[in-house]
Amino acid sequence: MSAPARQDPVSQGSIRRRLLLVQLAGAAALAVLLYFVVLSVTRQVAQQSQDNVLAASALSILGSARVSGGEIVIDLPYSALSMLDSVTDERVFYAIWLGDEFLSGYQDLPRPQRPGEAQPAFLEAAFLGAQVRIAAVERPFSTDLGNEQLSVSVAQTLTGRDQTMARISRVALGVGAGFFALSAVLALIVAQSTIRPLNRLTGAVSRRGPRDLRPVSAPVPSEMVPLVASLNSFMKRLETSLSRSEDFIAEAAHRVRTPLAIVRTQAEIVQRRVRDEDTRNAVREMIHAVDESSRTAGQLLDHAMVVFRLDDLACEPVDLPALVRETVSQVGVLSEMRDIDLILGRMEDAVVEGDAILLQNALRNLLDNAIKYCPPLAEVTVSVRNDGNEICLQVSDTGPGFPEGGKRRLVQRFSRGDNVSGVVGSGLGLTIVEDVTVAHGGRFTIDNNDGGGACARLFFPAS
Amino acid sequence: MRFLLIEDSEALASAVVERLHLDGHVVDHAGDLATAWDYVATTDYDLILLDIMLPDGDGRSFLERHRSADASTPVIVLTARSEVSDRVGLLDLGADDYMVKPIDFSELEARCRAVLRRRGGEARNLITLGNLGFDSLAGTLKIGGETVQLRTRELRLFEVFINAPGQIFSKSALVDRLFSYDEDPSENAIEVYVGRLRRRLAGSDVGITTVRGLGYKLEQT
Repeated sequence: MSAPARQDPVSQGSIRRRLLLVQLAGAAALAVLLYFVVLSVTRQVAQQSQDNVLAASALSILGSARVSGGEIVIDLPYSALSMLDSVTDERVFYAIWLGDEFLSGYQDLPRPQRPGEAQPAFLEAAFLGAQVRIAAVERPFSTDLGNEQLSVSVAQTLTGRDQTMARISRVALGVGAGFFALSAVLALIVAQSTIRPLNRLTGAVSRRGPRDLRPVSAPVPSEMVPLVASLNSFMKRLETSLSRSEDFIAEAAHRVRTPLAIVRTQAEIVQRRVRDEDTRNAVREMIHAVDESSRTAGQLLDHAMVVFRLDDLACEPVDLPALVRETVSQVGVLSEMRDIDLILGRMEDAVVEGDAILLQNALRNLLDNAIKYCPPLAEVTVSVRNDGNEICLQVSDTGPGFPEGGKRRLVQRFSRGDNVSGVVGSGLGLTIVEDVTVAHGGRFTIDNNDGGGACARLFFPAS
Repeated sequence: MRFLLIEDSEALASAVVERLHLDGHVVDHAGDLATAWDYVATTDYDLILLDIMLPDGDGRSFLERHRSADASTPVIVLTARSEVSDRVGLLDLGADDYMVKPIDFSELEARCRAVLRRRGGEARNLITLGNLGFDSLAGTLKIGGETVQLRTRELRLFEVFINAPGQIFSKSALVDRLFSYDEDPSENAIEVYVGRLRRRLAGSDVGITTVRGLGYKLEQT
């Protein structure tokens, strides 16, 4: 009989990782967005300011045009070009057109679309191997030849703006990365602190002893209250069901044994009073049957209790020699009744970690067996040995011994030796011994002594 | 001996009382704890037989109060519960011994004897027949000045005879008295034990004689 296999819970992703991933993805998207927004806004601002200067410069040139002596005179005002020059070493170009007639400057300078009266026009184009920004303005100009549009284009290379943009883009990249890093740290902290109450709950539950079924009282976040509430109600149900099984086993024992006790006692009375041999034999058979069923019932109940306790094996140091002495003094009367000598053999100090009640039950079963199957005047010797590595509890007798080759079968439930007919037994005793020993990390062997008789040994790891 | 039986099942109690009467014991029966305390207060008992599940309380509480009152009367607990859970607690509470129902009366007798022997034999039952002295508690025969220790079965066989000297016991009746019911002894086994007992009795005024075809009886020679 083995304890039901514990099923490991199936893990489906980690809340922490999921939380972290979602937050990091959001932060990354935001950082990229931030980068592009910063870039585009600054580009716009830079463009705008350059355009303003270019337009102003062109307008001031345009404003200085006049007709003098039938000729168009244009003084390039110093300020018009110096304001362009002031910031960087940009190259500056201009072109002045009257209608379609080129007047001055760089004739090849591309002309933006015709600007309106009030609005300057702008164009970005390649010129003399460099990218330039061109602003054009115009106004009607009266000459001798009639009214023509006088248009002035002023151009400036973009090196400075591109450098500024590159710098700003680096800064924007830095801001984006910094934002991302900060968000990542925050996300980590958030994920950690979200998980912390869960971890605390896990710790509080897993630190408990096997029989601690009190409700969880540690404060938890409101989202976890339903979980903890159902956990508590589950533990409550478990506790009820556990104590019910324990009560049930005790009650079942009571219900079964009391009527059996009445029948047996009455039968003994009848047997003492009746003279007729046949009736006496019949009653004897009856008592035999009662003993058999009560012993079987008892061992079934014991076995149920053993299995029940094995599920949650207590783990306390058990003084094995003391336990042996107590059990032997208990069973001593039974062996005396059959003129069997129950002897305490070598008793070395030994401590086994486990459940004293179960260990005692196992030993009791071995002793009961030995006493039951041995003839009068046999000897049953119990000894405890401890070589520091392994502890051996041995019950050896001078009886008929175990049937050869039947060990495996004897340990099976309801199985009994072939050579024991006529003796009351349920076949559960050795099963209990085996279960208890294995649960304590030990092993159970049965052999026959060289000089005859059975020898049962329980081996436990020395603690 | 005088017993107090504390047991709530009437049917079981009356059977136990009757069964113990057959062995010549006197038994008072209390069906609950209150009655039990009344009996204990007024009568000296050699031994108390205590059931654990009682209508007006747990037998354990009786044990505790009994022990704290420093009463010396030994208590044997009769439990119907699973041995695994009860065993340790009962002895810790001061029970002298316990038995699981149904009660095997020869086992009960043996346990009573063991308990009383441990307690120093206050209820020593000494019988003298001719030059033979018999201490049933210690299980010894005194022949002349010499003490002979009997083994348990010899002792029980001798008790059967000495409680009814001159009465003839058939082999099958002796088998019933001597062996527990889960054994399957032949009537030859009785001859073996009678033979051993005769050797123990050698030199005394008492002997076991064979009544051919009927059985054995104890006679003073």
